[in-house]
Amino acid sequence: MRAHVASYDLVQPGSLREVLTLLAREPGVYRPLAGGTDVMVVYAGGKLAHTKFVDVHGLRELRGIVVTDDAVTLGALTTYTDVQAEPTLGREFPMMGQAASETGGWAIQNRGTLGGNIANASPAADSPPALLAYDASVELTSTRGARWVSYATYHTGYKTTVRAEDELVTRVRIPRIAPGAQGSRVHMFRKVGPRKAQAISKVSFAACVDVDGTRITSARVALGGVAPVVLRVVATEGALVGADVTTLDVAAIGATLSREVTPIDDIRSTARYRRRVAENLFVELTRKLKAHVGLGSQAR
Amino acid sequence: MVAPHVDVSNDEHAELLACRSLVTLRINGRETKLTIAPWTTLLDLLREHLDLTGTKKGCDNGQCGACTVLVDGTRINACLTLAVTKDGSEVTTIEGLSAGDQLHPVQKAFIERDAFQCGYCTPGQICSIVGLLREGRAKTTRDVRELMSGNICRCGAYANIVAAIEDVLTEASHTPDGEREP
Repeated sequence: MRAHVASYDLVQPGSLREVLTLLAREPGVYRPLAGGTDVMVVYAGGKLAHTKFVDVHGLRELRGIVVTDDAVTLGALTTYTDVQAEPTLGREFPMMGQAASETGGWAIQNRGTLGGNIANASPAADSPPALLAYDASVELTSTRGARWVSYATYHTGYKTTVRAEDELVTRVRIPRIAPGAQGSRVHMFRKVGPRKAQAISKVSFAACVDVDGTRITSARVALGGVAPVVLRVVATEGALVGADVTTLDVAAIGATLSREVTPIDDIRSTARYRRRVAENLFVELTRKLKAHVGLGSQAR
Repeated sequence: MVAPHVDVSNDEHAELLACRSLVTLRINGRETKLTIAPWTTLLDLLREHLDLTGTKKGCDNGQCGACTVLVDGTRINACLTLAVTKDGSEVTTIEGLSAGDQLHPVQKAFIERDAFQCGYCTPGQICSIVGLLREGRAKTTRDVRELMSGNICRCGAYANIVAAIEDVLTEASHTPDGEREP
């Protein structure tokens, strides 16, 4: 059953400065509320332990996407609908739009925000693996100032992060690379859930691999749902970088990935199933890389 | 205006928090001012405070789409939205789509195509479709099915719902001056 409505409080300061002042004055007392697509579900289930919230959804300062030569910078209140509509993201970072389009239905995508997804810190969230694969950074702002942290170091454990209690997630930055600077790029995003739409993922997978000829020059591979945090499998990445796509030891690298993930049994799936799916998605990535190299050589 | 509903609580602090936020919404073209508990969802505001019961409560946690309404033209789940966070907005519910006896084209198409059985999901389906038409992204049957994935019909009237949407899309492409027929 839903929690008692009168037990919950919501304050609505009009500006970012006022929100930050409140967070600094009473650290940990007020929890930010943006689109509410996570918080309201917990509330509806009668399990929302926190009772004091500060509305940040109306803050204009946290909206908008800015594209510069070296990065795409997204305001924390960027919705999944906004992500899908941004042409530069569609061209250069297609996994962002794919992840956004598979997050709930359209009405959820109109409300849910990237900043909320990051702050909520669910290891099963859809956008975070793509953000890791694209080497994103997160801006945390408080009355003490603003700092950028690499998203790869943001999550410290199950639902714990480096964000201090007086800090708000304000922006997300995805670095761009110069066209052709690293050969050609392969992107692969896959969400595996109980059904195609409107489901929380069991396992999600995002990989961004740069290939020069047949040699892998850079690889970032991230998974959701297989560890307490959304995880970059750095040993797997290390085994990929420098390798030749045509002679890749898929079994050995797959075994490395399998050692890096630590899935659990829970309401959505079993550890065994998740591990197998993670391994299979890696095999799919290697097939995609081989097809990419094959097509590339034909084109030449 | 309907008097605000006050929740009864033993908790004194909770009593103080209840019914202290003023919210102004333009609902189906009428300005509506209410004093509510800040944690009142837009869905409860419509149904419990204003008796606008056309908008349905299904799962109450954002999965079924029965509570879909339009806020400033954008479709959202009213169950996941706190009303005070939409202060100053224009809200359109199923009650606000027709012009008197003149049904909205989507409502007409639903009747033509028999796009419902029990009807519980229908108001949410129709509001969602009005949002979908405004977005202008649905070009193919596949788009329609994908972009309507947030509205579940337990009776399984999907085939007829899709047919109704396609009728309206075809008609809209022939009448460039808007969704509503004269």
